[in-house]
Amino acid sequence: MRLELKSIHKYFGLVHANDGVDLTVESGTIHGLLGENGAGKSTLMKILSGFIRRDSGEILLDGRPVEFHSPAEAIRMGIGMLHQDPLDFPPLSVLDNFLLGREDGFVQNRARALADLKRLSSQFGFDLDPETLVSTLTVGERQQLEIMRLLSLGVQILIFDEPTTGISLPQKVKLFETLRLLAKEGKSIIFVTHKLQDAEDLCQRVTVLRRGQVTGQVEHPFTASQLVQLMFGQNLAVSARQAIELGAPILEMRDVAVEDYRLRVPNLNLQVCAGEVIGLAGIEGSGQRLFLRACAGLLPPSAGEIWIAGAKMNRQPYHKFLERGVAYMPAGRLEEGLVPGLNLAEHFVLVGRSKDFFINWGAAQSEAQVKIEEYSIHGVPATRVESLSGGNQQRALLALLRPDIDLLLLEHPTRGLDIESTLWVWNQLLERRRRGTAIVFASADLDEILEYSDRILVFSGGRVAQALVAKETSVTQLGELIGGKGL
Amino acid sequence: MNNTLIQTLASILASSSPLVFAVVGETINEKAGVTNLSLDGTILLSAMVGFAVAYTTNSLYLAFFAAMLVGMLVAGLVAFSSIALKLDQIAVGFVLTLLCTDLSTFFGNPFVRLPGPAVPYLPIPILKDIPVIGPIFFAQNVVVYLSLLLIVAAWWYIFKTQPGLKLQGIGERPAAAFARGTNVNKLRFLYTLVGGSLVGFAGASYSLFVQLGWSYHKTYGIGWIALAIVIFGGWNPVRGAVGAYIFGALQMLGSFAQGVPAFAEIPTQVFQTAPFALMIIALLLVSNESIDHFFSGSPVSRRIWRSLRGAPPGALSTTFEQE
Repeated sequence: MRLELKSIHKYFGLVHANDGVDLTVESGTIHGLLGENGAGKSTLMKILSGFIRRDSGEILLDGRPVEFHSPAEAIRMGIGMLHQDPLDFPPLSVLDNFLLGREDGFVQNRARALADLKRLSSQFGFDLDPETLVSTLTVGERQQLEIMRLLSLGVQILIFDEPTTGISLPQKVKLFETLRLLAKEGKSIIFVTHKLQDAEDLCQRVTVLRRGQVTGQVEHPFTASQLVQLMFGQNLAVSARQAIELGAPILEMRDVAVEDYRLRVPNLNLQVCAGEVIGLAGIEGSGQRLFLRACAGLLPPSAGEIWIAGAKMNRQPYHKFLERGVAYMPAGRLEEGLVPGLNLAEHFVLVGRSKDFFINWGAAQSEAQVKIEEYSIHGVPATRVESLSGGNQQRALLALLRPDIDLLLLEHPTRGLDIESTLWVWNQLLERRRRGTAIVFASADLDEILEYSDRILVFSGGRVAQALVAKETSVTQLGELIGGKGL
Repeated sequence: MNNTLIQTLASILASSSPLVFAVVGETINEKAGVTNLSLDGTILLSAMVGFAVAYTTNSLYLAFFAAMLVGMLVAGLVAFSSIALKLDQIAVGFVLTLLCTDLSTFFGNPFVRLPGPAVPYLPIPILKDIPVIGPIFFAQNVVVYLSLLLIVAAWWYIFKTQPGLKLQGIGERPAAAFARGTNVNKLRFLYTLVGGSLVGFAGASYSLFVQLGWSYHKTYGIGWIALAIVIFGGWNPVRGAVGAYIFGALQMLGSFAQGVPAFAEIPTQVFQTAPFALMIIALLLVSNESIDHFFSGSPVSRRIWRSLRGAPPGALSTTFEQE
């Protein structure tokens, strides 16, 4: 089905989120939609999938203008969207999820749904147990379920919103295979992303949005630098790595085992020196979070010894870790890092550890203002943290870190950030490293791991490979280890 | 089986039936994501109204109908304030509990300790003569039969029908349910009313059947127990009903124990309040994290234990706003 968007406008208050966007997607093609955070991609796709109404403009399907007022109506017209966080029901089973929303009589027709599911599964080579709970599936598997569900509802145009975030390399390969297959069958695919490599690998055509407007469209073959120029208006230089002399050991793990109720990671042996960057690679939930939390003193190890700056830290309370210069930045920015409901100035007061009973708000405001400028956070001292964008929340978190940190633990430090923010965050981190901070970070982005780490620990289902030297490691090698090969 | 045991089981089934209505009703609206915390007050008020209507009109149909209307009215207030006005469900429910309790005292004044009509005994011919099962299940009245029917019907509706799946969906993740063409807030309103009407029915079945007549604070506390049993039952009507029967059995046990000479020294209040305390302990056991950890040792014990626990609907007590 051929899709045309003509002169779409959408305002949120004073913000002109979509400013006359034109977009044509031919049937049987994979069309990339690129842009940094806040460029208007999500708004445009929400309009197209019926979640929000456009203020003006036209949507044409095969040349016919169409109107819809809800996602369900959009699906009936043949437009379905896969959300970055799949919009499904984790506590229900795969089959229940598949059934929910089908117009198929009063009593559930499980046999028919099962047959549909089986047919689609074999068509795409997916392997999902219909009775398993969705909460036990990986994001990649949940995407597969959503693809099958939308197809069973007769969807012809599929929108994928950042589908490669949070899935493993093999799953990504599988996803791309599936997308190509869908395009071959005549479906139109819109692939929303900010990953240049993904767009290059997959898309026949790419449209770039910037500040609500289309800045250009390129046809395959195109280069990444072309895209970067359209996205940012200039070429961003990747910071060159400085060689750094390593200092004294900061973190030492001796035969450490960490575990929670579902996973045990044994035999951790590692020494991290001042100024060193260690990347933790692996599918999410393979033990990286346990590792970081153990280093931060939030999870007591079940065996072995953890030494920090020459002191044994087993069973020590969290604040002792803080005193020793350990800091932990979790992935859940609003859930674990910041306090929703409090503004930036209040956050700086919170971490200020002033002993005074009363707060000097005047001083706090100006101190916050200084930090906001220093860390280029888009906000004012009175801005509540939940109204900041992801990138700005991350900047705020970095601004909240104490200056004198010896061991910085980071979980997905650049997840969901655009290229500009990502580079900014890493420049901050590398600056700390230059001053002798040891950095341990977990990331799902292999390029990030390879680019910034000195050594890499690969986690796979609770097993950990020997630390690899990043300079001598390739993506393929990492991908295989993550998949459990050679461990 | 001896006769005493059969009699006991039959009377547990009978005396727990109002609680079953309340538990299943609340399970339905909580499945949809709405907590109706006003249960204790609603049961009192509908018990009073049910009795008053039966006393003045002598019609049991009208009495139950009026009680269900009361339940729907209170539930309607909870639904309206939480869905339309986006107020906190817990706060509204709590205030309504207090209001309904006082209203029942105020309007129920003329009806205190009067003899009134009761739901008649209605054994089902032939079926009642089946050994053991007959006297337990089929020598009861309409309220008990309906309560049994309700358990099965609610379970079947929630887990086996398409609308039931949608009901689960709007309570788990309203945004996803909306994306699949569900009118989330309309359905939440509807199911809250359905749940409320069942709670109202529960109230009338106290004053017209289990504890005949009306007096101040007659069913005080039972609504809170019903709310606890919904959690105990893991938001499943069948398991909730089992919880209601266990509570009924504990109460029965209390009155038995009072007759045992060895327990004569213990004040009767202990036996009256023990089921409440035991229910809370049971609830703690089911929802306690460290006990969960204890059972997680082996996969088998974890599997059994997890099946006893139920997670609350993901979007319970939250409001849904379409973008």
